Amino acid sequence: MNVRIGEVQTVEVGSSHRRGAGGAVLTAVLAILLAWLSPLRAAAPGDNAAPQVPDTLQQRIAACTSCHGVHGEGSPGSGFFPRLAGKPAGYLARQLMYFHDGLRKYAPMEYMVRSLSPAYMREIAEYFAAQQVPYQRSQVPHLPATTLQRGEQLVTQGDPALKVPACERCHGKSLTGVEPDIPGLVGLPYDYISSQLGSWRTGTRAAAAPDCMSEIANRLTPTDISAVAAWLATRQLPADTHALPAGSVTPPLVCGVLAGKGGDGT
Amino acid sequence: MKWLRRLVILIVLLVAVLGGRLFLGGHSDESAPGATSQVSAATLKDPALIARGKYLTTVGDCVSCHTEQGGADFAGGRILPTPFGNIPTPNITPDKATGLGDWRFEDFWRALHDGIGRHGEFLYPAFSYTSFTKVDRDDALAIFAYLQSLAPVHKPAKPLGLSFPYNVREGLAAWRALYFREGVYQPDPTKSAAWNRGAYLVQGLGHCNECHAARSAFGGTHALPLSGGRIPVQDWYAPDLSSRAHGGLQGWTEQDIVDLLKNGQAAKGAAFGPMAEVVASSTQYMHDDDLRAITIYLQSLPPRAAPAPAGPVPAATAMVNQGAKIYAASCADCHGKDGEGVAGVYPPLAGNSSVLDPSGLNAIRAVLLGGFPPTTAGNPRPYSMPPFAQKLSDADVAAVVSYIRHAWSNDAPAVHQRDVFKYRHTPIE
Ligand code: HEC
Ligand code: HEC
Ligand code: HEC
Ligand code: HEC
Ligand code: HEC
Repeated sequence: MNVRIGEVQTVEVGSSHRRGAGGAVLTAVLAILLAWLSPLRAAAPGDNAAPQVPDTLQQRIAACTSCHGVHGEGSPGSGFFPRLAGKPAGYLARQLMYFHDGLRKYAPMEYMVRSLSPAYMREIAEYFAAQQVPYQRSQVPHLPATTLQRGEQLVTQGDPALKVPACERCHGKSLTGVEPDIPGLVGLPYDYISSQLGSWRTGTRAAAAPDCMSEIANRLTPTDISAVAAWLATRQLPADTHALPAGSVTPPLVCGVLAGKGGDGT
Repeated sequence: MKWLRRLVILIVLLVAVLGGRLFLGGHSDESAPGATSQVSAATLKDPALIARGKYLTTVGDCVSCHTEQGGADFAGGRILPTPFGNIPTPNITPDKATGLGDWRFEDFWRALHDGIGRHGEFLYPAFSYTSFTKVDRDDALAIFAYLQSLAPVHKPAKPLGLSFPYNVREGLAAWRALYFREGVYQPDPTKSAAWNRGAYLVQGLGHCNECHAARSAFGGTHALPLSGGRIPVQDWYAPDLSSRAHGGLQGWTEQDIVDLLKNGQAAKGAAFGPMAEVVASSTQYMHDDDLRAITIYLQSLPPRAAPAPAGPVPAATAMVNQGAKIYAASCADCHGKDGEGVAGVYPPLAGNSSVLDPSGLNAIRAVLLGGFPPTTAGNPRPYSMPPFAQKLSDADVAAVVSYIRHAWSNDAPAVHQRDVFKYRHTPIE
């Protein structure tokens, strides 16, 4: 160690360069010295030492982030690996439990969470809920203006004839979701929204009974699904994308996941 | 040749049906359901007996087979895939209509000890009674008392997914004659109490041999006990459990084995696939003295014969070189450049039984699926491995697996691209 400190002094004393350059060299040497002294380095006895593993949740969940992104940003474009960042923690933890219990079907996800404890799933959910990353624009198929208008109508007014309540009555006026259980709908890609609504129809996605989203998805026609997905995916994001505080909405249908709250009719 | 096999099966079946009738005829005496039980209702309510039964039920891991994904514990409905078809597990909660509500202890004993159902029918050996027959009567009574203390769940049985000839239960008479020896564990007086306890648990309730030994084409185990084998249809390889020369656990210390069973992870390897489930629902809860007993017994298993040398691998070839490149880029950060792993965090791959298993199955599937070792009290926040199914082609997976089977001190044959293709499509049940 003494030798290295001596090197630092040599650089400082013996420097004939301008002050700025000498400072840069000094900084560099100090940085190397600091790296050398840091606990990680100190723990490694030699160059053949075992790799150092950060004791962080981010490192522990390398499996999750390999698909969903380090900050849960999801795969760009299609959103095939969905975004997790900023979604309500209660919602995310519940989805993990649903994959565990087979209510939601996707084999790689089911295998991942198969022998994880609820406490660990909760901690992981909180990690992703706390991430803040900008939303990305996604591809939307070219659809006629009338279809987009239909989408807007469903989201903001619903369709009494089909007994479909307005999406915003649960997902919030800003469509950014409601703590702690309702996810946002803005910023999600077209492909993701339409495939999730499709999964509720085919039964590869389900939620605690009564499953209000399954009722809604089954009342929509395939064209309606395209319409809402497209309109939602083309929305401008509000300045504040956080989920609204708990209690901001009165759900028009009973949802099991909201502990049976709601149901004041459409 | 297929017709010949069919014919043989048919003849065996005919003989079996006749034999089965005779055999079952001999059973319709005092043990028939309806007769009053020798065990009083008060005995079954004894809290101490129930508490002991709860522990033993955990050791037997009854819950994992008798619970459907997302279903109520012990209410059955899980489908067990076998080469002969799908066998659903029954409801063993005390529901009168659909579970064991009307069962007497004598009926339960006959199921666990003889593999015979309440109506005298033969039970399929997908139910591990070939091991459970070693469980003694006191322990069986405690398990029964515990199961009868559960809240009843109404859940009717699912239909059997077997077709002719396997759906004829009488046909099991032949199978039983070949593969089933009924009998409670007999202690070996020349061995210590701990060794005997370990043997009793491993051979009996723990039913380790149901996975850890090769099965014949007829689904029986005649192989050397615990000498390792492939789990049919589910496509995992349960390794040899000897810790002596050429054993699957060669070099594992007592602490390593205890760590794996208790924490799901040891310095020598991590639990995954079906073993992760065994640890998660059963062995992590075993008492320390039982874990030690199991270890003492496993460490007494004899050394194994040296395997035939792997022979000239299509090594030095482009494949292994390609594998080495993939390893350096995608694996070495965690498993180390010499496959040494990081103690307690990432399993080593050098000398790892799951890398070296004769079939190559486990390593292929571990790379495709990635995953977490199970969460346990000793390892509540495990580290994980990313799945590579969506990142690497079949050829690349075959290359990297062939590389890790060949690198360092490892010397196991290369795997084929077509195997990767096949296991990529194995359903995760
Ligand atoms: C092989 C890639 C892959 C891995 C690894 C993976 N996921 Fe996923 N995950 C997906 C896909 C694809 C979906 C969407 C499935 C669907 O359509 O229902 C998904 C869905 C989810 C959802 C539901 C999202 C929503 O908004 O409803 C959550 C939460 C989630 N994953 C968390 C995780 C966590 C936590 C891990 C690690 C324990 C993980 N995932 C590992 C691919 C992956
Ligand atoms: C009665 C309340 C209610 C209404 C009305 C409603 N939703 Fe939902 N929605 C929910 C709840 C609750 C969830 C969370 C479900 C879960 O936990 O699995 C959800 C989840 C979703 C998801 C999954 C988001 C993700 O990240 O995976 C989508 C997509 C969705 N809703 C779309 C819609 C659309 C489109 C409409 C209007 C046509 C709509 N919802 C109307 C309550 C509602
Ligand atoms: C490896 C999976 C597996 C394990 C472990 C297992 N069982 Fe079973 N069990 C089955 C299957 C499959 C059947 C149905 C067999 C048949 O239909 O012939 C069954 C049948 C039974 C039956 C007969 C029920 C009836 O309605 O006929 C009883 C009783 C039973 N098991 C109790 C237990 C107990 C107690 C344990 C734990 C000590 C246990 N099982 C562990 C798979 C398992
Ligand atoms: C349902 C099938 C099944 C049962 C039952 C089972 N095992 Fe395993 N076991 C496996 C498989 C598959 C592996 C290989 C995967 C792995 O290494 O985790 C394995 C691996 C192991 C390993 C080595 C782990 C390693 O990293 O090399 C040990 C030790 C072990 N089992 C002990 C036991 C004992 C003791 C029992 C009985 C109490 C038991 N197993 C019961 C399937 C099973
Ligand atoms: C982010 C760290 C990480 C990376 C990268 C990684 N692994 Fe793993 N690996 C693990 C962990 C953690 C386990 C234990 C998983 C389990 O128990 O389910 C594991 C398990 C394994 C196993 C099973 C051995 C055992 O005893 O559990 C094999 C084989 C394996 N990895 C091979 C590879 C190969 C080949 C690569 C590169 C293609 C790779 N791993 C990349 C962390 C990693």
